[in-house]
Amino acid sequence: MASKVIHAIYNDDDILLQAVKKVRNEHYHIEEIYTPFHIHGLDKAMGLADTRIAITSFLYGLVGLIFSVVMMNFIMIDDWPQNIGGKPSFSYIENMPAFVPIMFELTVYFAAHLMVITFYLRSKIWPFKKAENPDLRTTDDHFLMVVDIGKHDINELTKFMHNTGIVEINVIDKDEDH
Amino acid sequence: MYTLTSKLKLFAIIFMVVGAIGIISGFLTTPSSIKEVKEMLDTNHDDSHNIGKTQNENHKNVIGSHDGNKEEAHDDEAHYEHVLQQMQNRPWAAIYVATFFFFIIVLGVLTFYAIQYASQAGWSPVLFRVMEGITAYLPIITAILFILLLLSGVFNMNHMFSWMNPDLVNPDSPDYDKIIAEKSGWLNVPFFLIRAAFYMLGWNLYRYLSRRNSIRDDNAEDNRWFKKNFKLSAGFLVFYIVTESMMSWDWIMSLDPHWYSTLYGWYIFAGMMVCGITVIALVTIVLKSQGYLEFVNDSHIHDLAKYMFGFSIFWTYLWFSQFMLIWYANIPEEVVYFVTRVEDFKLPFFGMVVMNFVFPVLLLMNSDYKRVNWFVVLTGIVILAGHYIDVFVMVIPATVGTSWFIGIPEIGSLLFLFGLFVYVVFTALTKAPLLVKNNPFIKESKQYRY
Repeated sequence: MASKVIHAIYNDDDILLQAVKKVRNEHYHIEEIYTPFHIHGLDKAMGLADTRIAITSFLYGLVGLIFSVVMMNFIMIDDWPQNIGGKPSFSYIENMPAFVPIMFELTVYFAAHLMVITFYLRSKIWPFKKAENPDLRTTDDHFLMVVDIGKHDINELTKFMHNTGIVEINVIDKDEDH
Repeated sequence: MYTLTSKLKLFAIIFMVVGAIGIISGFLTTPSSIKEVKEMLDTNHDDSHNIGKTQNENHKNVIGSHDGNKEEAHDDEAHYEHVLQQMQNRPWAAIYVATFFFFIIVLGVLTFYAIQYASQAGWSPVLFRVMEGITAYLPIITAILFILLLLSGVFNMNHMFSWMNPDLVNPDSPDYDKIIAEKSGWLNVPFFLIRAAFYMLGWNLYRYLSRRNSIRDDNAEDNRWFKKNFKLSAGFLVFYIVTESMMSWDWIMSLDPHWYSTLYGWYIFAGMMVCGITVIALVTIVLKSQGYLEFVNDSHIHDLAKYMFGFSIFWTYLWFSQFMLIWYANIPEEVVYFVTRVEDFKLPFFGMVVMNFVFPVLLLMNSDYKRVNWFVVLTGIVILAGHYIDVFVMVIPATVGTSWFIGIPEIGSLLFLFGLFVYVVFTALTKAPLLVKNNPFIKESKQYRY
């Protein structure tokens, strides 16, 4: 027997959030939730692990900072020193205040861009990729919760789901999906 | 309702007494004549020679009224006279720095409070009574500040504001200073004091009315008093940003009357906001640790810590903007400000940048750390110490010069005003319930979760 999932559709984010708590209380397994926008607190309600993107952001920022120091040292000190504003010093540290804006900008640049790329890689999305969401309405005004049936009784589960404020419910064979 | 424990009262009074002893001993140990200055400098002759040299250069830089071809002996006398004035300034400057430091804390809290009302913020009403408690210090600290300005301006008790010397604007005097004379339309004692009184009355009026409306709101049937406070706060913020800027020129920038920076008002503003928000966080954590403010949760502390973090970076941004432009352009009359600070105040000047920027950035960057109370307290204490030194480095180079030291008068003034702060603020907290009852956002604020 192929594994089956339930597609429960909601039309309100607060109701969805309540439903997530109820479903998890009954120890049913939520596979995924598709929403048109970010819902505050949904990750905590679903019991997802905390994001680690902040740590990567910090590390990328450090990379940008180091890159800018090395770059400005090469351009302005080693390769082609210039007399700007009467400051012809051949030392990085003595000219450092002039380089701070560049250090700042590249720190931000590296942190922001590499963070976005990391997010794309981690979420397995790239340009021209075919959309994965099972119902087009989740890009408009509906919210879809995928609940794994597993060893539970289908009727009992659908009955329970009806009490969580759904507007529509479908039982889907997982194999068809792929 | 909060009750003031006798232990805390005693704590505050001990601080005030110890601080007062420090202040008085500061005044008693200043030299009263040139002879005493010479004796003091002779006791460590090797140093005094060096100090004398840089002192003289500073004097020329700052006042700029000396002729280069004056006789050696006369120059020497003038130099000792100058050192005497600087040493006599020291206890005054010590109180002035500490008073200004506490003043920016309190005015920063008042501004933050006004911003919460004007923006109708939903997270912060649970903290309103804490903020109102802190701003109860405003009338007292502005009164002390006004008395200090009065003693400098009218009674000539010290030489902190060099432009107050009438010789500098008298064309017949040998000390005539054309630059200061041309600024005398703004920088003259009567107008200076009238402006000071005007700013202080405006701020105190807002503090009085908003507190009164907030208390009345507790028993109101509708949102009448809340709406009144909303309008009042929006008006205050307009008044504040103009007067705050002028206050920073008058009370701090005019200490170096030849020098000016168009960024100064913003720079003081940034320091003011950091200090104010840090003190809100510290007082809240203290009250929570005593079992009060049970409705304040980690998310409120988290938000305050975010503001501490953000405004610390904002402060650094303005500090650096001012520094880099002047450093790069290297125009003599501008750069003199930083030359004196980098040469004679190297450790406090750069040390406070580390304390006010590197410390909060590294300690408060992590989201989880912003919820750990002792972490916020630790960072808060470092930030406050850093901003005390910031004010110190703004005031002292022009008033005390190279005779500076953070010793008994400085710490005494700080302890005295801290004791008074604790006494006044925690007494004010007992006057009203710690939760505003009828604020339309109170439910949202209590349930606030990040």
